[in-house]
Amino acid sequence: MSTVFLGDIDPAGRAGHEDHPPRMGFFTDTSVCIGCKACEVACKEWNAIPEDGIDFTGMSYDNTQGLGGSTWRHVAFIEQAKPLAAQVPGVQHPAGEPADLRWLMASDVCKHCTQAACLDVCPTGALFRTEFGTVVVQEDVCNGCGYCVPACPYGVIDQRKDDGRAWKCTLCYDRLGEGLEPACAKACPTESIQYGPLEELRRRATDRVEHLHRNGVTDARLYGEDPHDGVGGAGAFFLLLDEPEAYGLPPDPIVTTRDLPDMWKHVGMAAAALVALAVGAFGAGR
Amino acid sequence: MVPDAEFTSYYGRPVLHAPTWRAPDIPGYLFLGGLAGAGSLLAAGAAVTGRPELAQVMKVGSLGAIGLGAVGLVHDLGRPSRFANMLRVFKPTSPMSVGSWLLAGYGPAAGVAALTALTGRAKTLGAVGTAAAAVLGPGVAAYTGALVSDTAVPAWHEGYREMPFLFVGSGASAAGGLGLLAVRLAESAPARSMAVLGTCLEMGATQVMERRLGFVGTPYRSGSGGRFMTASKVLAAVGTAAALAGRRSRWMSAAAGAGFLASSACTRWGVFHAGLDSARDPAYVVRPQRERVQIGAQDDDR
Repeated sequence: MSTVFLGDIDPAGRAGHEDHPPRMGFFTDTSVCIGCKACEVACKEWNAIPEDGIDFTGMSYDNTQGLGGSTWRHVAFIEQAKPLAAQVPGVQHPAGEPADLRWLMASDVCKHCTQAACLDVCPTGALFRTEFGTVVVQEDVCNGCGYCVPACPYGVIDQRKDDGRAWKCTLCYDRLGEGLEPACAKACPTESIQYGPLEELRRRATDRVEHLHRNGVTDARLYGEDPHDGVGGAGAFFLLLDEPEAYGLPPDPIVTTRDLPDMWKHVGMAAAALVALAVGAFGAGR
Repeated sequence: MVPDAEFTSYYGRPVLHAPTWRAPDIPGYLFLGGLAGAGSLLAAGAAVTGRPELAQVMKVGSLGAIGLGAVGLVHDLGRPSRFANMLRVFKPTSPMSVGSWLLAGYGPAAGVAALTALTGRAKTLGAVGTAAAAVLGPGVAAYTGALVSDTAVPAWHEGYREMPFLFVGSGASAAGGLGLLAVRLAESAPARSMAVLGTCLEMGATQVMERRLGFVGTPYRSGSGGRFMTASKVLAAVGTAAALAGRRSRWMSAAAGAGFLASSACTRWGVFHAGLDSARDPAYVVRPQRERVQIGAQDDDR
């Protein structure tokens, strides 16, 4: 089951930050996303992220494709033959048959997990927990070992090929320190991306889901808001209108290091088995 | 419960990012680290039981293997000049950190063992080095099981219970194989036993893992991972047959040794590619998780 360990904990305090500010995060309400990609552009601009390929994918309006070393916000576009809530079905195009269409758009980002696998497995200490409870890579420490890349259960952090190091969303750590909101949230014209203290965002999100349900949008659900989920709750969580996997998100991610104590136990037993095997080999060889 | 063959994805795109690790660096290191770690045990046993030729071959072989493996590790870094940052901190939550510290202890010990054996000088220091390498060797051979399993890659993570056994078995097979290949019959009996026992452990762990993984284990049976795993099994069978039939033949024993070495390498390449394939296909991520959510929902209903 996905109800694992710890529940609601204080990641910044646990990382040794005393008298730290409240945990900050994102609530991305995809029900009001209009797919303008201002978040993608603002993120690239503020963080001086290099261009990483201009492709035509045929995936609706999504030519960005996914998060990566040089893409820290990614707007997904999903076209579905379903009516959206109380929307009048049977969209009549000038040519062709009437059809139902709903267009889901969602801006994805690093989840800044409470239990962050990337941070756990980083061997250099380049990845660290900030006083805001977010997870950031120190680019002057990262040696490009790549361990964080397959450790992330969401496929967020990645290596920048020409640079060799791992990069991801910093939740605009530099802006937060100055009391500013992250660039993507600042640029979002519909407040689909909301930034603030995580506790307040969770309250706001619960209200929003109830409001949507009352208005017939029964598909609305929160993703990543539960402190009892497999990553201890995400610092950046979402309101979605379909199953997470429709947006390219894993339906029930679990931080890989949850099983690490058991892994070490098996490593110990295997090492002992190897010693026993060697002793046996010399016993048999006499 | 068999999950539905249908699953939802975002335009079929992967959910995870596949490891950036490259061949031959990383599968090569997995192979060489296992060879070195198990080889140091064989070297110490040979030294204790008065088999100087076997001891020397395994000491030198272990040093060569770990040296070459370490070159592969540094070469695979995005910033090789920063390799020393691996020893900047010690983190038990990172098998790579633990492994770096293990190698930092094991490498010099294996070096002392090999150099003193080659030069015939500083025998006491040599014995200390040999013993230290034999103590750390099993850790070097086993920790890589946690290294690959401590990721979100389904074919690796879900096999975390068997992976260390699979890897130490493969390491023992390779180390025994090197002994059979390079040492005269008079001293190679323990190497023969180690290779055969190691192969049995490796094949047993592989069977258990594939059976338990079910659908998630598909990449071990198909694609490039599957081809390497099949090659490994064929080579292991050939090696075992030659090792058991050729006890009195130097040439048969050497051929068996080469077969064990090749089989061990194929296992590591097979595990490596199976992991890459499993990370690239969203089915291996989404289907088991969706199944888990559904079972959880059923439990809640009760």
